[in-house]
Amino acid sequence: MTNLLTKDEAPAATTTPTKGSRFTAAASNYIEDRTSISGAVKEFGRKIFPDHWSFMLGEVSLYSFVIIFLTGSFLTFFYQASMATVIYDGSYVPLKGLEMSTAMSSSLHISFDLRGGLLIRQIHHWAALVFVAAIGLHMLRIYFTGAFRKPRELNWVIGFVLFILAMAEGFTGYSLPDDLLSGNGLRIIEGMVQGIPFVGTWISFLVFGGDFPGTAIVGRLYTLHILLLPAIIVALIAMHLVFVIVHKHTQFSGPGKTENNVVGAPILPMFAAKAGGFFFIVFGIIVLMASFFTINPIWNYGPYDPSPVSAGTQPDWYIGFADGALRLMPPGLEVVLFNHTYSFNILIPLVVLGLFILVVLIYPFIEAWITGDKREHHLLDRPRNVPTRTAIGAAGVTFYASLWAAASSDIVATHFQLSIEGVIHTVQATTILGPIAAYLITKRVCIALMKKDREIALHGYESGRIVRLPGGEYIEVHQPVDEYERWKLVNFTDNKPLMIRPNAKGQITGLQKVRVGMSKWFFEDRISPVTTKELEHGDHH
Amino acid sequence: MATVALIAIGLIFTGGGYALFSSTATAGTSASSQTTIDEGKKLFAANCASCHGAALQGTAAGPSLIGVGAASVDFQVGTGRMPLAMSGPQAMQKPVQFSPDQVSAMAAYVASLSPGPAIPDASLLDGKGDATNGAELFRINCAMCHNVAGAGGALTEGKFAPPLTGVASVHIYEAMLTGPQNMPVFNNANLTPEDKRDIITYLKYLEANPSPGGYELGSLGPVAEGLFVWIFGLGAIVAVTIWLTAKSN
Repeated sequence: MTNLLTKDEAPAATTTPTKGSRFTAAASNYIEDRTSISGAVKEFGRKIFPDHWSFMLGEVSLYSFVIIFLTGSFLTFFYQASMATVIYDGSYVPLKGLEMSTAMSSSLHISFDLRGGLLIRQIHHWAALVFVAAIGLHMLRIYFTGAFRKPRELNWVIGFVLFILAMAEGFTGYSLPDDLLSGNGLRIIEGMVQGIPFVGTWISFLVFGGDFPGTAIVGRLYTLHILLLPAIIVALIAMHLVFVIVHKHTQFSGPGKTENNVVGAPILPMFAAKAGGFFFIVFGIIVLMASFFTINPIWNYGPYDPSPVSAGTQPDWYIGFADGALRLMPPGLEVVLFNHTYSFNILIPLVVLGLFILVVLIYPFIEAWITGDKREHHLLDRPRNVPTRTAIGAAGVTFYASLWAAASSDIVATHFQLSIEGVIHTVQATTILGPIAAYLITKRVCIALMKKDREIALHGYESGRIVRLPGGEYIEVHQPVDEYERWKLVNFTDNKPLMIRPNAKGQITGLQKVRVGMSKWFFEDRISPVTTKELEHGDHH
Repeated sequence: MATVALIAIGLIFTGGGYALFSSTATAGTSASSQTTIDEGKKLFAANCASCHGAALQGTAAGPSLIGVGAASVDFQVGTGRMPLAMSGPQAMQKPVQFSPDQVSAMAAYVASLSPGPAIPDASLLDGKGDATNGAELFRINCAMCHNVAGAGGALTEGKFAPPLTGVASVHIYEAMLTGPQNMPVFNNANLTPEDKRDIITYLKYLEANPSPGGYELGSLGPVAEGLFVWIFGLGAIVAVTIWLTAKSN
């Protein structure tokens, strides 16, 4: 039927092209008269976006969220968030006749007895992994290029909250099928909650509606997963994007690019077309993954039963750092005081991870305070030009990566034929020593790269051509770098440590001293950009 | 057509060979003739006695084999774990060193000296039991070491539970019965022969029916999935972003 319709319409559209444009004009007039939307279209359509591959990572997270939203809506039509027990009677033979929750049996129904159900489930899950990973990469780009500086500090906070909410979405979704893996994940969360002194047990009862696992938790997680969390995420994404429009996009330094302009393509028509196409490419890649690679085979895990735990039980990758932190804790940290057990093996990871998350959340404010920088920044830093920030970032990445690696300690042990204790001890060491080493090495590498840039700006590239002068002396000819390239090498801010200055009352406060000390640590090791004077001098030799 | 014929011939040969092998193994336990036992004794003296002792009594280098039964010998030697390649956290598998006849001769010899678990009857290995029961028993009793899909897992101090894909039914049964290496013994009171048959049925079902969702990534769970999404998923997406923003030269 649909085929017939399009066949009839197609020739009409091609034979009278003017009719089409007249229709467009009439339609836009109609809409404009009722919404006055042209102002917004003009404003958004002329927004300029600079071109750099790393600027598209945020788009990837947005697109994967749209994919999650679409596939998730499909899944809600068939999934039943109930822990009432049923006897499975679907088509997967090794589970036939087994007692399980309705949640699990409806998940199996989606996987085996619903046309396209398994594909949609797998797209949903793979897209979720891509979503959080893309947010992570996007955040790293923002951090290492200093895009979080004024006026974008609040947008960093919004983005980071989105990252946390994405993890919460992921975890609640992971728990919904009520299979063995998700039940084990919940069991660990229950343990962590119960590890909180005094109130832990009561909070756990509150969350689970009594003893673990009870019959309430899946329904509650479902409400969070499909109602509360998505609503907050959509609202925050909207704010995030409005801020991007308000602040305009940042750009890398280059000829003609200043703090007061944005060089790139306007949204309409090219950028929008490219972005629209990019959405379908991302969708395509995720669908390909979902078509060819199994994710979360709940039929292997079977229905949840509190007694078994499978080898290789891990959370999805984005919760891995928390699982790793628990695995890294040495034994014997449970203390009994006045008839109460204090589980420091749980409390220490909780506090350390909480602090880590807090520091990342408020990092823009910390750096702004240390540097005393109140200027607006629309030009991005090259990571090497701010060695201390880059080094702190590298240390953070190493810390996170160590925790992450710890979560796969058992898989590492079997696949590299190592002892699991050896793996854990190694990762314990890299969790503490790794960030220090990464900080020192990265800082030195950045400074060395800055030195190299300075050398190239002043004296050009080594051409490899050796010339013998009439007097017998050998020199290597340096090829001067062209002006456009040189601009990128010399155009960055020269940050200097703060000077101690008395305040209005003529006093020097302790806080002021701390700040100056921090600023000295942040900016003391630096290479100044090449000045015009030096360049002129450099041109002479 | 040639392929089909080849596959058919291959199936006949492997199936026939397998039937031959399992029937000789059972025959070895039920009516092991004196000649077979003598043959086994010679092989034992030449290959095993240096560690396990000439009278199976064990030495400082190896445990006593009194009462381990034919099933133990068939598993350890038949999977290539014995003779031991080297000392380590646990015996590693290597290519099988003896012919099926030689393995059953040694099994018959060890069984002739003291009673112990026999090589299971072929009727318990046919993989035609109750897969649902087998799957549930597997998750409860085996998955904590071997992983829900039988992909294997880590134990302490460098020991590990091996993957179960591609393991012959008879060896799975014998492993449950005799508890090799670090594995606990699941005797017939714990898991009845019928239960063991169900577990084998489930494992063979997994082998014969690859994941409906596509390639399993080793059935290792979220770690493999995470690694895959970072390297191939995001790798592909980042490659596309670079392509989209590339300037023509």
